Amino acid sequence: MVNLTTDTQAIWDAIATVMDPEIPVLSVVDLGIITDVQITEEGAVQVRMTPTFSGCPAIKLMEKQVHDAVAALGFEQVQVETNFDVTWSSNRISEKGREIIKNFGLAPPPKYNDQPDMKLLEHTACPYCNSSNTTLKTPFGPTLCRSMHYCYDCLQAFEQFKPI
Amino acid sequence: MFNTDTLNALRRLLLAMADDHLIIGHRNSEWTGLGPILEEDIAFSSIAQDKIGHALGLYSILNEQLGEADPDTLAFMRNETDFTSCQLVEFPIGEYDFSLVRHLLFDVAALIRFEDASHSAYDPLAKLARKVKGEIKYHVFHASTFVKQLGQGNEESKARMQSAFNQNMALALGMFESFEGEALLVQQGIYKGEAAIRTAWLGEISAILQEAGLQMPDVDKLEPVYGGRKGFHTEFLQPLLDEMTEVFRIDPAAEW
Repeated sequence: MVNLTTDTQAIWDAIATVMDPEIPVLSVVDLGIITDVQITEEGAVQVRMTPTFSGCPAIKLMEKQVHDAVAALGFEQVQVETNFDVTWSSNRISEKGREIIKNFGLAPPPKYNDQPDMKLLEHTACPYCNSSNTTLKTPFGPTLCRSMHYCYDCLQAFEQFKPI
Repeated sequence: MFNTDTLNALRRLLLAMADDHLIIGHRNSEWTGLGPILEEDIAFSSIAQDKIGHALGLYSILNEQLGEADPDTLAFMRNETDFTSCQLVEFPIGEYDFSLVRHLLFDVAALIRFEDASHSAYDPLAKLARKVKGEIKYHVFHASTFVKQLGQGNEESKARMQSAFNQNMALALGMFESFEGEALLVQQGIYKGEAAIRTAWLGEISAILQEAGLQMPDVDKLEPVYGGRKGFHTEFLQPLLDEMTEVFRIDPAAEW
């Protein structure tokens, strides 16, 4: 027997065990890519996701992991679909997610209104010493979502999860 | 909701945009391992990855909404003359100055296209465009930063930038080749139209060149290199397709 309220919560909790493969301590829920979870009276589950970047190579893997995490709860019909109905932006990352990103050694993306100003990148706060005496080295990094920076105060190179 | 002529024009538009992104994406990826500095190696490779993602998004609309073949078939199994990419994107990467300037000229136009498309009356395109435009903004930021720095660098960097603009400009004007049914798309609010995009593009490119201390080539004296949208290509496209499809032709079911 399906209990829509408790089961929906259980499904969200299960999905939250799936991590972003590029930041393996950040869950796909805190990353903000899960846009909808639906369960029918018959117990069929549908999960909708939206990609962080349209060329994200990890999306198929995350779809499968989300599917498997929900199926492990005992649901037999699980459908995971990725589409652009909801546009992902870095503003969708939760507060908890921002804290996790910072502890991982990446500067979290600053929140913005309307659209990000590239000037935001120029003096990103250093995740190690919090100084804003920093410079952007390049807007592209080891993964599509990261830019590379340098801190003049603690003399460290660091990366940012860039605002998009 | 749209009639057959409109849908056919929409197919032409999406295919041209997708082919442009696939081919420039492949060209950009040729800088992987060869960039003049590590950061540029990474930048061109990242941009290439985004472009292939944009091509996939556009091919997916053609497949899922408009009844065309699946994205792999569209990307890997068509003949050279079926590609409607502009000739600008198929030219070899050349020296870094050529690639950098092409990247700027292409991406400023792509940003205008996708910003407009994010308000398109054709919903699947609007949704994709809302995602893609944020990514292309970084591409334009990257290209314009370097063009400005090199334009204001030393004599050699300035001369090479100027010559790369002179070399690219007629090819770049070929991006705005009109296609059959375009007016239908403009009338119905699906698409801004090539002429309007070209005008906006010329304004933005002139502003960047001015900041870079470079001369805008006299575009009225240039003959735009058209033909790509009708399937006419240079000798450079077929070898690129051969390389791009090599694995697929050896083993169509290959996974990685």
